[in-house]
Amino acid sequence: MGSPKNVAISVKDLHKSFRLPKEHSNELKRVFINFVRGIKGYSEQKVLKGLSFDIEEGDFVGIVGRNGSGKSTLLKILAGVYSPDKGSVKINGSLVPFIELGVGFNPELTGRENIYMNGAMLGLSNQEVDKIYDEIVDFAELHDFMDQKLKNYSSGMQVRLAFSIAIRAEADILLLDEVLAVGDEAFQKKCNDYFEKIRKDKGKTVILVTHSMEAVRQYCNKAVFIKDGQIVASGSPDDIADKYSLENLRSVSCGESGVNAGMPIIAAKIKGSLIIKNKDKVKIEVRYRNTDDRPVYIKVVIKYRDVGLLFANAKLSHGLVTQDLKEHVVQYELPLSTFNQGEFTVVALLVDSEREINIASFGYNKEVIFKIKDAVTGEKIGGAMKDSGKMEMIQ
Amino acid sequence: MFGRQNRILLKELVKTDFKLRYNGSVLGMFWSVLRPLLLFAIMYVVFIHFLKFGAGIPHFAVSLLLAITLWSFFTEATTQGMMAIVNRGDLIRKINFPKYIIVVSATVSALINFGISLIVVMLFAVLNGVEFHLHILLAPLVVLELYVLALALAFLLASIYVRFRDIEHIWSVVMQGAFYATPIIYPITMVAAVSPVAAKVLLLNPVAQIIQDMRQLVVLDTTDTVWTYINNPAIQIIPIVIIIVAIVLAVIVFNKNSKKFAESI
Repeated sequence: MGSPKNVAISVKDLHKSFRLPKEHSNELKRVFINFVRGIKGYSEQKVLKGLSFDIEEGDFVGIVGRNGSGKSTLLKILAGVYSPDKGSVKINGSLVPFIELGVGFNPELTGRENIYMNGAMLGLSNQEVDKIYDEIVDFAELHDFMDQKLKNYSSGMQVRLAFSIAIRAEADILLLDEVLAVGDEAFQKKCNDYFEKIRKDKGKTVILVTHSMEAVRQYCNKAVFIKDGQIVASGSPDDIADKYSLENLRSVSCGESGVNAGMPIIAAKIKGSLIIKNKDKVKIEVRYRNTDDRPVYIKVVIKYRDVGLLFANAKLSHGLVTQDLKEHVVQYELPLSTFNQGEFTVVALLVDSEREINIASFGYNKEVIFKIKDAVTGEKIGGAMKDSGKMEMIQ
Repeated sequence: MFGRQNRILLKELVKTDFKLRYNGSVLGMFWSVLRPLLLFAIMYVVFIHFLKFGAGIPHFAVSLLLAITLWSFFTEATTQGMMAIVNRGDLIRKINFPKYIIVVSATVSALINFGISLIVVMLFAVLNGVEFHLHILLAPLVVLELYVLALALAFLLASIYVRFRDIEHIWSVVMQGAFYATPIIYPITMVAAVSPVAAKVLLLNPVAQIIQDMRQLVVLDTTDTVWTYINNPAIQIIPIVIIIVAIVLAVIVFNKNSKKFAESI
């Protein structure tokens, strides 16, 4: 009893389902036929199936899950937009939701008018908005557009404005849904700085729904993984981000072959910053698991514009071969001094050691990317490079 | 019910409503005055000039204008109120706030419009030589009564409209019928001359009661109202009872449904 921190949001056994009307079920003829035959004109879809969790004041919580897993529904229930069928939500403190593209902007109003309207939605009087008006415009960088109608804004500009209002409203709890995907690079940097600041602010609680595992790792101190309306895992952001990536991989490969979950899997990610100077090293972490007793090893390929530049072979260069059903993690550290600047993709392959064939792969869809900037020693690249990296089995 | 935050929001919504209503039109807010005036001009020519309705009744032209203004408000408040929830669906799906504010804001906008038109009515009354009495001070109470009725219907219609869009068309037909079933373009005495019972039944319609009361308070002392034309007090209060039942029912229905608005729109 008596935890030192205050609970900002407490959710207990949350259930929610939606009635999805079947085709034409609101037509009079159909209504009549359905009534006579005793058919329900809708199908019930359970979106949330008993979620429970507590979020403490000052937490920065990431909620991850695939499309349709119930993340947004959960956020809308927390925001009070939907009411739960069963269960309870307790919120301590003021709450500002930022769901989809801002809070009810009106395209026919000017940017200025929309700020006041939006402020009113969040409970701010004209005088209160006056005080933060300049800050909002500054943050959104839309000084020249405030007297333009919103319909003349680009979508990026609208989001910038909405986001600026949301964060200047100074609520105790901020709900954010997929905001990191929009805005240009300069604005993303600003958001980044803001998140860094708020992450350290112990008075503010943030819930972030996102598909970006990078964002989860960078800002969150906790994360929750939701699948089919249930919490599959919660805990440290690193852990959850890994689990989520792995889970996605599994569902993709299962989805295609439709066989079983017992296929060999492999996943890779960059540890640390994605933007690296070429005097530093890139750290690539590869997780894999085989499903039979064949000896296997991994290959890491660094590609530039779809051309393989460097092939790191775990067996030949580093002597790493496994022969079991456990999950293994290999860390590969590569000095980048021979690389020029640009965007590079990483592909990880799981190779059958006896027959020398690939049995699983990851990264062909550019899932793993890093950038090199400020190259000082880079040479013009031509042909494959020698593997000068270090590879070790850490699990 | 009206906390600080809700008042701020209501004010802002009404302001926006007003800005948007005549957005892009050349005459802008002037239409609030012009529309009932033009409508009145048509009615005047057709019913008073050609059909000689209200002949022999002093200031019937003013009575007609007043009634049309009241009816316009009633139509606007119920229709705008009905569609308010769906029209503001983008707000409702993104943030939580008391939904009734949206309906109230739509009806308040109509009320402001009505206020502007009323100035024209009063000017017209003065030009027409209407004698004002002290009991004109009771008129705001009658307007309040009409507002409550309009609000009640707006709440009910808005709750239905979310699920059943046909109500929009049904309501426009109902209002068209009600327009002719209410003594607006014809004086109640015209009906009474044919059938006194029919006249009494017509007066039990709350809107008819309100229009006749307003005419009696503002234009002509001797206008027949539900209070003078019907003797039984138990029957006299039927229009008031209808309004009270309507608002209670409306609040219950709206509250019950408003939780599901966000997912039903």
